[in-house]
Amino acid sequence: MIGGLFIYNHKGEVLISRVYRDDIGRNAVDAFRVNVIHARQQVRSPVTNIARTSFFHVKRSNIWLAAVTKQNVNAAMVFEFLYKMCDVMTAYFGKISEENIKNNFVLIYELLDEILDFGYPQNSETGALKTFITQTGIKSQSKEEQSQITSQVTGQIGWRREGIKYRRNELFLDVLESVNLLMSPQGQVLSAHVSGRVVMKSYLSGMPECKFGMNDKIVIDKQGKGGEGATGQSIAIDDCTFHQCVRLSKFDAERSISFIPPDGECELMRYRTTKDIILPFRVIPLVREVGRTKLEVKVVIKSNFKPSLLAQKIEVRIPTPLNTSGVQVICMKGKAKYKASENAIVWKIKRMAGMKESQISAEIELLPTNDKKKWARPPISMNFEVPFAPSGLKVRYLKVFEPKLNYSDHDVIKWVRYIGRSGIYETRC
Amino acid sequence: MEWANQLCENRQFGSKMTDSKYFTTTKKGEIFELKAELNSDKKEKKKEAVKKVIASMTVGKDVSALFPDVVNCMQTDNLELKKLVYLYLMNYAKSQPDMAIMAVNTFVKDCEDPNPLIRALAVRTMGCIRVDKITEYLCEPLRKCLKDEDPYVRKTAAVCVAKLHDINAQLVEDQGFLDTLKDLISDSNPMVVANAVAALSEIAESHPNSNLLDLNPQSINKLLTALNECTEWGQIFILDCLANYTPRDDRESQSICERVTPRLSHANSAVVLSAVKVLMKFMEMLPKDLDYYGTLLKKLAPPLVTLLSAEPELQYVALRNINLIVQKRPEILKHEMKVFFVKYNDPIYVKLEKLDIMIRLASQANIAQVLAELKEYATEVDVDFVRKAVRAIGRCAIKVEQSAERCVSTLLDLIQTKVNYVVQEAIVVIKDIFRKYPNKYESVIATLCENLDSLDEPEARAAMIWIVGEYAERIDNADELLESFLEGFHDESTQVQLQLLTAIVKLFLKKPTETQELVQQVLSLATQDSDNPDLRDRGYIYWRLLSTDPVAAKEVVLAEKPLISEETDLIEPTLLEELICHIGTLASVYHKPPSAFVEGSRGVMHKRLPARTGSGEGTECPDVGNAAGGSAPEAAPSIIPSQGDLLGDLLNLDLAPPTTTGPTPSTSGMQMGGMDLLGGGLESLLGGDIGGSPAMGAGFGAAPAVMPASLNAPVGGGLGDLFDLGGGVGMPMGAYIPPKTVWLPAMKAKGLEISGTFARRAGVIQMELVLTNKAMSVMTDFAIQFNRNSFGLAPAGPLQVLTPLGPNQTIEVSLPLSTVGPVMKMDPLNNLQVAVKNNIDVFYFSCQYPISMLFVEDGKMERQVFLATWKDIPNDNESQFQIQDCHLNSEAASNKLQGSNIFTIAKRTVEGQDMLYMSIKLSNGIWVLAELKVQAGNPNYTISLKCRAPEVSQCVFQCYEAVLKN
Repeated sequence: MIGGLFIYNHKGEVLISRVYRDDIGRNAVDAFRVNVIHARQQVRSPVTNIARTSFFHVKRSNIWLAAVTKQNVNAAMVFEFLYKMCDVMTAYFGKISEENIKNNFVLIYELLDEILDFGYPQNSETGALKTFITQTGIKSQSKEEQSQITSQVTGQIGWRREGIKYRRNELFLDVLESVNLLMSPQGQVLSAHVSGRVVMKSYLSGMPECKFGMNDKIVIDKQGKGGEGATGQSIAIDDCTFHQCVRLSKFDAERSISFIPPDGECELMRYRTTKDIILPFRVIPLVREVGRTKLEVKVVIKSNFKPSLLAQKIEVRIPTPLNTSGVQVICMKGKAKYKASENAIVWKIKRMAGMKESQISAEIELLPTNDKKKWARPPISMNFEVPFAPSGLKVRYLKVFEPKLNYSDHDVIKWVRYIGRSGIYETRC
Repeated sequence: MEWANQLCENRQFGSKMTDSKYFTTTKKGEIFELKAELNSDKKEKKKEAVKKVIASMTVGKDVSALFPDVVNCMQTDNLELKKLVYLYLMNYAKSQPDMAIMAVNTFVKDCEDPNPLIRALAVRTMGCIRVDKITEYLCEPLRKCLKDEDPYVRKTAAVCVAKLHDINAQLVEDQGFLDTLKDLISDSNPMVVANAVAALSEIAESHPNSNLLDLNPQSINKLLTALNECTEWGQIFILDCLANYTPRDDRESQSICERVTPRLSHANSAVVLSAVKVLMKFMEMLPKDLDYYGTLLKKLAPPLVTLLSAEPELQYVALRNINLIVQKRPEILKHEMKVFFVKYNDPIYVKLEKLDIMIRLASQANIAQVLAELKEYATEVDVDFVRKAVRAIGRCAIKVEQSAERCVSTLLDLIQTKVNYVVQEAIVVIKDIFRKYPNKYESVIATLCENLDSLDEPEARAAMIWIVGEYAERIDNADELLESFLEGFHDESTQVQLQLLTAIVKLFLKKPTETQELVQQVLSLATQDSDNPDLRDRGYIYWRLLSTDPVAAKEVVLAEKPLISEETDLIEPTLLEELICHIGTLASVYHKPPSAFVEGSRGVMHKRLPARTGSGEGTECPDVGNAAGGSAPEAAPSIIPSQGDLLGDLLNLDLAPPTTTGPTPSTSGMQMGGMDLLGGGLESLLGGDIGGSPAMGAGFGAAPAVMPASLNAPVGGGLGDLFDLGGGVGMPMGAYIPPKTVWLPAMKAKGLEISGTFARRAGVIQMELVLTNKAMSVMTDFAIQFNRNSFGLAPAGPLQVLTPLGPNQTIEVSLPLSTVGPVMKMDPLNNLQVAVKNNIDVFYFSCQYPISMLFVEDGKMERQVFLATWKDIPNDNESQFQIQDCHLNSEAASNKLQGSNIFTIAKRTVEGQDMLYMSIKLSNGIWVLAELKVQAGNPNYTISLKCRAPEVSQCVFQCYEAVLKN
């Protein structure tokens, strides 16, 4: 199990050090600093073995979190725990920065004591933790409160406490998708997938039993057989994972998604699709090398969705060689600029409707070099945001049942929103 | 602490003072001030003071002097303060065991507190205090807490049993805690169950044969029920525990699988991987024609792919595991090639792993796509990645015959780029392609020859030389080309030398007329001017072959070579099975069995996959650990085979049949005739095995009698060298002296700065000191004294500083040391506390000496004694370490070590791995025996140390590292 946990700043000075196991000594703190943080070479692996001690690390801005062990631990669990630790800290004091960590070091020690016992991760749901670990010191609790806390921390529904009341029962569903693409210069799709998340923000009283439905092909087909005609398109979901509140065995057996949600925001599910993806933009690059000191680049982007919809925050990033000396750009729409520090031409368009086309052309002047190595030609990447789900996913229903309190599914105000963003959206040139 | 001070300054102007201010207490007398604050009457002040103490502790400052004062703050009803004090206690109780007793009362009282949070806190903390006397007091409260009405307390107590077991296993057994823990598996609260499972699993690991977990269908059922209800972490504990169970039959296996599959949709990747582990293991038992078997296979692919959209670190863990899964069951992911395509922004470690998997998945169906991708990667920036991509193209050619031609032309394109490392890598793989498809692509040789000059890496040079030798008859100027390499023969690496020797002999056999001179030249270079035994041996063999029977020589040297296999670097099957049982864990990330990187008894137990029920239960797999010479040499944790005649084994060194599994039995032992001898390691010598052929060297020593005297070689000489490796091959170098470091900064010693190092010169240990006066006044009257230490180091004379030390003056003094002073064990072992006095004050500092200073000159053990001693020292005293990034070959390493009185006694070579056996004697008569494993081309050495006093092993290892890397 995890033998110790250290947090360092970018200089390698230790900010937090908590040792759980006897086999981890103080020298482990230094070993990581010397061999990883101060290592001359770029880190080649997130797992490092130094003198029979294994170090797992993740970085958040310039803060290093390292977990140490001398045993054959579950590596995936250690990383999941480190991410969780980051989430918990963010939930308590915002951004993970040196200053925030120093300002909250007592709190962090307290959290570390609670969520890791002898190196075994314990309940790390912030909702539960916040009931008895606070930044402002411990509140004195009544006996009922205490037992409520412990039963929630250890209970079956560790993510929600009883007795929540709202005057207005309301819930928000966000379908957030990031569409990823790798396209060859000839316009052939090398790989494309959508990774999506359904984020739910709920303000519901009591212990509401919820049921979520979407246009999952398997479900629709099943119903279709039953005689009820399926309306609209259904999509094939390659795989999905759920928040721990969802009853997995029920999903496995009936493919129905039922759960009691945590109060406030939670990521209900993540999914991945690869079939019939709507690619919102197509990038057509044309790069021509004119002699050894000049490059001509022309890039056309085409929007490929309903004309009534508007894409926003469009940004096209065209990489330039390291020996670029000057760039002239002409674009039909938006603004384009050569950013020397990033070795790229960045072309920004605020808004663009569907079924439109725009173009940029640039002349890049190069300094002559005798470097034999060719320019690696990194791909052209794109960022954007569109108001629909590129996977085609539609929310069909979200039903709420609360048998004990007197509100019904109709009384709940529900909001659904679809946002498609670019993930890694690249076209080779 | 510098940052803390800076921060403080910045903050002083801010209105909000927060916790970071506690990081600022470093000034002189702070301990004193803190003491006063800790004893203050005001609660707030006390709390502030404890916070300051914790902050100092974090940055590594010793605040143990405050122990009694901090413990005094413990009796409080302020929970926050209590937690802070507990944190302090956990850190320092071990160093102040007597005072820690003071805390016991409060703990015992807290364990009775009405607030469950406090009860749990007390029992949790108490278990972390590793003081024998405290553990005695812990038993009663722990027993109560294990039966507490509150689940939060019970789940904490469950883990506490594991803590206590780690401190005192006997006590836990005697007190019957294990039974109570077992009862908790049936607890009504899922989290209690999960923690009990975790604790039991850990305890069971150190008692491999105790049937502690006692998994049976009933308990499995309980676990599976708890699985649905507990936290994500609890699910991991339970799944990892389930993976250790072996179902009785396929039906039970299937029903467990059915209940585990829903976990594949969990958001936590570790839950998913642990579920995959259970499924991969239990699947072994299902009959392949079962419908469910196919369903399960289909269910496994999507979650594995989903893992690739996790954060990069997790992706890395997932990819390392997928690499194993793909080797074990290629059918699962065979259609998922695209998801392993490398993204431009992937971190390098993800890129390299993806590439590995792409090659494993490459097949005729997807080869076009794969090749297009690989070609793209070969133009990237990262050198390692590009190399691997080029190599991958070669492997595709070998794996998928239909693509070979396209691969070769892609490689030729890449050679045209003239990027140095791309060219070299391409040549290395083209050599393999030639071996796989002989007489097919030789037309490209001309292009290759154009790049001869740019090759500067041994592997590429060796590959090129092999090509020239192999196709000497088609290359007009082969003799010129090879001659050009011969000029710098001695500067080449062994790999290239061996290859050059073989290539020239081939050339001679093909074109005898023009190349007689050349072959004589290379043979004399190899046999007379080289002190590399492998090279010399190979030289002698050729020489003798050529001089006795050239026709036979031709048959032998130019014999047809066996084709190379399609799949390279597959993990050896028994190891793969073991690793599959460790999916998700570090072992699966390192691709090594846990015994290779875990100390002590934990993880030594080898896991293996269950046998398919149909094929008979009785298949007891041989214990991997003992199968020396069996199929898993890598997995063998015992370094020297424990069965058979150990003595003979080592003494014979290379004479004995190498313990490889080589299918050809022809290299067997002493009776081999001269010709037979050559038959053995021949393929490897002649053809592809560019990396030098250890098997060859092995056989040769057997036939010294037939070595013709006409070779002008001292008959005994070669042999003698082979045997007496320790006798100083090459020049022994001086002992390693670490660079000087500052021991006492001027700030702390009123202007006196002391830096220094230790050295052993002509058998005398010397402390070399540099004294610098950074103060304004003159310093005189220097004297030095040591505190008692582990090896009884003491000054052998007074500190010789004759002249007064003026401001800004520096003086170097060398102080001879004896080892007859008073002895006291220090921590770390090589710690030395020193007091230096001058006319101003007395100053104290501590430093660590390299233990190599204590290695005496007569530390070379008799070989017989070595073997006996090695056998005699119990295996528990053995410790293993890794030395990373060391680029010496075994000979250079041995030379270097000898300079520091680490003596190589024997050497043997097994499967390209050199094993050096060494002995060391410390000044107090302790012997340390070592085994160093060096693998050609692998910069990571493995070293195993055996000693009757295992405490020294860590220090000795540090010395190895220091010596080898300097």
